[in-house]
Amino acid sequence: MFFPISGVHLDPIYLILIGFIIGTLGGFFGVGGSFLTAPALFAVGLPMNFVVGTDLAHIVGKSIVAARTHRVLGNIDLKLAAIMVIGTIAGSETGVQAIELLKKVADVDLVVGSVSVIVFTGISLFCAWESWMTLRAKARTSWSSCPTLSKKQDSTAIDGFAKAVQRIKLAPTVSLPHSGIASISFWAILFVSFIGGVFSGFLGGGAGYIRMPSMVYLLGIPTHIAVGTDLFEIIISAGYGTVRHAMKGNVDIVIALIMQTGAALGARIGANLTQYFTGPRIRLAFAPLPLLGAIVIALRLLNSHH
Amino acid sequence: MKSVKKSTLFHLIIELTIYAVFVSVYLILVLHFLLDWLKELFTKQREVYAYVAILLMIGQAVGLERLTSSLVHLTRRRTE
Repeated sequence: MFFPISGVHLDPIYLILIGFIIGTLGGFFGVGGSFLTAPALFAVGLPMNFVVGTDLAHIVGKSIVAARTHRVLGNIDLKLAAIMVIGTIAGSETGVQAIELLKKVADVDLVVGSVSVIVFTGISLFCAWESWMTLRAKARTSWSSCPTLSKKQDSTAIDGFAKAVQRIKLAPTVSLPHSGIASISFWAILFVSFIGGVFSGFLGGGAGYIRMPSMVYLLGIPTHIAVGTDLFEIIISAGYGTVRHAMKGNVDIVIALIMQTGAALGARIGANLTQYFTGPRIRLAFAPLPLLGAIVIALRLLNSHH
Repeated sequence: MKSVKKSTLFHLIIELTIYAVFVSVYLILVLHFLLDWLKELFTKQREVYAYVAILLMIGQAVGLERLTSSLVHLTRRRTE
């Protein structure tokens, strides 16, 4: 099928399949999945500027479907999402400006690629270690076999860190009853979302790979709520990014709409699957994803320098 | 347990079929009519294109979710 906006020939079945796979992962882990979508679209000949913008557009649609399912499951903290949107948009603008500055002084692809590989590998190793330790601790205390405890009740191997962040009483403080947090500084939430936004603007995509673990480990949000809230927040931040990219001519909306038909189905399946897993298991399953992204980027960097 | 698994699989197949039918009709009809109009907007009115693009994406996502939810709900009620 010919797509006149980007001027490329692509197989719609391939687009639907890619959408389905990324949609399932996104619904389950609360990530946009750009680290997989970008190489998949680039590999079949879509120009890089269209890859970035079109991916963001498809993330909006997929996140709407997944977030609606998570809302039904009670996994969205609207108050938390509303605060995070402010930090994400501000951070995203900072990240974009950082890229513009970098263009003048260094090889952007090399710097961004190297930072991505380090960040993705770090997140992956940390998530794997932490969730493994938590699962081992749970096995020792036979928590997982207790039928009265819900799968949404969560803890991490570094719970003390989130508790320390919650003890910072820098005004104004907010309560997040839906997430089980009595009081937390507004600035702590803003800081976490700002950092996520910077990565989103700097490295592209929705940056769920850094925001979801940050919400769990730094703010102490239960994993299920972090996944649902992150998806809800992505709708707004990716929507904003889509409009900006579309104005610059970087979005082929027809490609995004076709991908979204597959992603919508995958997102529903992925979001529903979270009911059957505990928080540490979701985090353990999440761990290989950033590593996969790091490998893809490292290979691309190596190829471009040979 | 086996019957629950069978029923879940049955519903998944129904949902997949609904999606497949919808996607085929959607690709053939809707995109066929939208393609030229969107291309013209992209070339001549980039700002309008940006807003139309995001509205189309939101509309399709909400529409798809509602359509399949109601159809799956209907099929579940009939099989239960």
